[in-house]
Amino acid sequence: MQLINTILIGITAGSIYALMAISMVLVWRSTRVINFAQAGMALLSSYFGFEAVSKFGSFWIALPVAMIGGALVATLIEMILIRLLVKHSSTGPIAAVAPIIATLGLLGVIRATASMIWGGQDVRIIGPVSNDGFTVNGTTLVFSPLKLLILITVLVLMLILSIIFQKTNIGLALRASAYAPEIARLSGIKVDWVRTLGWALAGATGAVAGMFQTINGNGTLSPDSIDFSLLLVSGFIAAVIGGLDSLPGAVIGGLVLGLMISFVLMYISGGLFFIAPFVILLLVLFIRPQGVFGAKAARRA
Amino acid sequence: MHNKQSKHTLLFIAGGVVLYFLSGAVDELRVYQGASIAVYVIAISSIILLTGYSGQVSLGHGALMAVGAYAAAVARIELNAPIIACFVIAVLAAAIGGALLGAAAARLTGPYLAGATLALAIGLPSLANQFSILGGEQGLLFDVGFPPLSLGEEFTQYKWFFWIAALAALISMWAVKNILGSRYGRTWRAIRGNEVAAALCGINSARSKILAFTISAGIAGLAGAMLSMTIGTVSPSAFPLALSFSLLTGAVLSGITTLGGVMIGAVVLVAIPEIADSVANRLGSSERVTTNLPGFLVSALLIMTVLFVPNGPVEQFRAHKVKKANSKLEKK
Amino acid sequence: MSLKVSNLTVHHGAIRAINDVSLEIPTGKLAALIGSNGAGKTTLLRALSGLNHPTHGAISWMDQSIIGIKAELLVRKGISHVSEGKSVVPELSVRENLELGAIWRRNKKESKESIETVVSIFPRLGERIEQRADTLSGGERQMLAIGRAIMSKPQLLLLDEPSLGLAPLVVEQIFQTIRDLTNSMNLTVLLVEQNAMGALKIADIGIVLNLGSVVISGEAKALIDDPAVRSAYLGY
Repeated sequence: MQLINTILIGITAGSIYALMAISMVLVWRSTRVINFAQAGMALLSSYFGFEAVSKFGSFWIALPVAMIGGALVATLIEMILIRLLVKHSSTGPIAAVAPIIATLGLLGVIRATASMIWGGQDVRIIGPVSNDGFTVNGTTLVFSPLKLLILITVLVLMLILSIIFQKTNIGLALRASAYAPEIARLSGIKVDWVRTLGWALAGATGAVAGMFQTINGNGTLSPDSIDFSLLLVSGFIAAVIGGLDSLPGAVIGGLVLGLMISFVLMYISGGLFFIAPFVILLLVLFIRPQGVFGAKAARRA
Repeated sequence: MHNKQSKHTLLFIAGGVVLYFLSGAVDELRVYQGASIAVYVIAISSIILLTGYSGQVSLGHGALMAVGAYAAAVARIELNAPIIACFVIAVLAAAIGGALLGAAAARLTGPYLAGATLALAIGLPSLANQFSILGGEQGLLFDVGFPPLSLGEEFTQYKWFFWIAALAALISMWAVKNILGSRYGRTWRAIRGNEVAAALCGINSARSKILAFTISAGIAGLAGAMLSMTIGTVSPSAFPLALSFSLLTGAVLSGITTLGGVMIGAVVLVAIPEIADSVANRLGSSERVTTNLPGFLVSALLIMTVLFVPNGPVEQFRAHKVKKANSKLEKK
Repeated sequence: MSLKVSNLTVHHGAIRAINDVSLEIPTGKLAALIGSNGAGKTTLLRALSGLNHPTHGAISWMDQSIIGIKAELLVRKGISHVSEGKSVVPELSVRENLELGAIWRRNKKESKESIETVVSIFPRLGERIEQRADTLSGGERQMLAIGRAIMSKPQLLLLDEPSLGLAPLVVEQIFQTIRDLTNSMNLTVLLVEQNAMGALKIADIGIVLNLGSVVISGEAKALIDDPAVRSAYLGY
């Protein structure tokens, strides 16, 4: 029973990490920037969601509100910060670190802004269904209706995303711009706008990750929330496991990471909550530096 | 070369003398801030060495500082080691940690390295809760003791902190300066410029990257021990992720490739809370804004610097001078 | 109704890669632009398709100035550029690469018809339509690159070294196809080539570029017979 419990918890957490990894991969593919502010953007979006919950009282209204808010924030960031960054800091010794530093700065700005607006204390977002575990044969699982719902929603979202990417012209434009921007331009694709679109999609996806991370935890949200630090690290690690460039890779990376963390916490020690992802990342990077799905040369590019 | 080195040494000694008189002339708060500046100078120079010269990014230097601080505190409490020995142990412990991290880091570049060290910065301090010897959430006391009586009755505790930290800063700056001017410094710059070309010249890039990480970590460990000396305790909360970010900000503000600018970053980092306070007070805003304004300013400043003065004010000034000289030449 | 370049100068940083170049290609003609490495051929081509920004001079297409118009918008004016080195997206399938060429028209039906046209020109692409582009041979990739350009229904086709790295037999095939396309689709073509002989043989007009300037231009047949061109570029 404990085994099933561990697996189900791992998959639920992993599916949230996968969403976060997807949003990091989307940004990486469109602008070759690892967005360390992604979790910060998710945090901000979750606050939008919180406002919507307080106003309309429904999680299912709050979720799209958070997504739209997240997409708008991401659009603004891409259009102002990232475009300036590409223009000013793409040469010299700073070029390699500039995007990292800029997105970290962004993370700081977002956190501080959120603290100024909503204060440092916890606010509460209540999920649409109960987080009390299912009872099977008299034993109560940790796996709950809420976790089931999260899992289903994430699956549906991934399905929608993969349809967008595989079947539509927008998806084709997104992929072509990511892999070969010059050929995309020569094919008449307005690559600048496609990049912005990539960020917007990432913002919306990250918003869902943020909302779910909040309700899957203890339902509270604060600017210095540990849940969001974990989301930042896990999203990044899941994306790296997946090879940074691959969306299916990000999904698998998220699930693998979620399961591994879940097993470590259950069978080794609960206190390894933060160090476990780091160790897993190091293991992955040592065994396969280009990620499980990454192309060989990716690491040096 | 030899001449230049002795000039540097003289310069640092002169700096020490100036600091000595300065510490006697200002009030207690300023002395304490002076100590903080010295701590930041040490920490930022370790980042400049690593990122600016060897081209590796670390967001985990906060964690390495923690390693140094804990090592010093444990040595003080468990072994009752003399204070200088504690600092040496701090350097060694962090350097060992850095060597391990560096071995991993040598395989990674850019964003991968940043992410890995970020995970470390978030993860490592929480490990303190796992071992009782490290004191858990409360942490450990770290007491360097009273200033020696021979310095006189008026010699305050803060002044004593300042002296120790400033001396450590001078020594570490002197060391970094010399390392960067040595063969190793040149090797690092070669690798940063073009790793493949450097490898073709017979440079073992992995080994020299690990060396850079080790040295940088050792210096960070010293900074960590100094930081906990000024606070008086060592605890996980003293080494938050924000610390690693501030260090990076300081390094970028200083000019990531110019050790000479290191004071700028350190002073700004110490000054920002005060500036933020006065701004918030003038605006008459709520407590929420006041407490978060420093964080906001640091981060905003970081972004602005990367966007508009990407190579730091010192380098900017130099480039400006070169440009001016060139246009003068052209006119002639 | 032609491509007209007058007094064009393009800088690569401080280097003047194209220096005061003027040329004209009448509609429906195939022009071969030849010259040694570093003569500025690619730079000129990239300026024509909006990938480079000229410092001086004028380019007009269909009696309209096209200077300063971005590459992604020039496609909409009927200018298609196949850049150097098999310009296909390796991660996408053959079909997706082709669809890319027609993507700006946002018309799925038209795009399907165009794919049929391309497949009728290059049957090999039809056989491999669902394969990823990186599984194709060099010649097939070049076909795909030209196919993608045709998908956007161009009037002016800019080709950058389609023969690069291909086997002689395949080169001949590709050149013949380019000639046929020029006639059947009434295209205006500017073909940049290192393979001077092959290019001049199929071209109507020959232009020789050296160190960023046009040294000789005229009828392709005449250029083949020109002793100076022969010794410098044709090797006999």
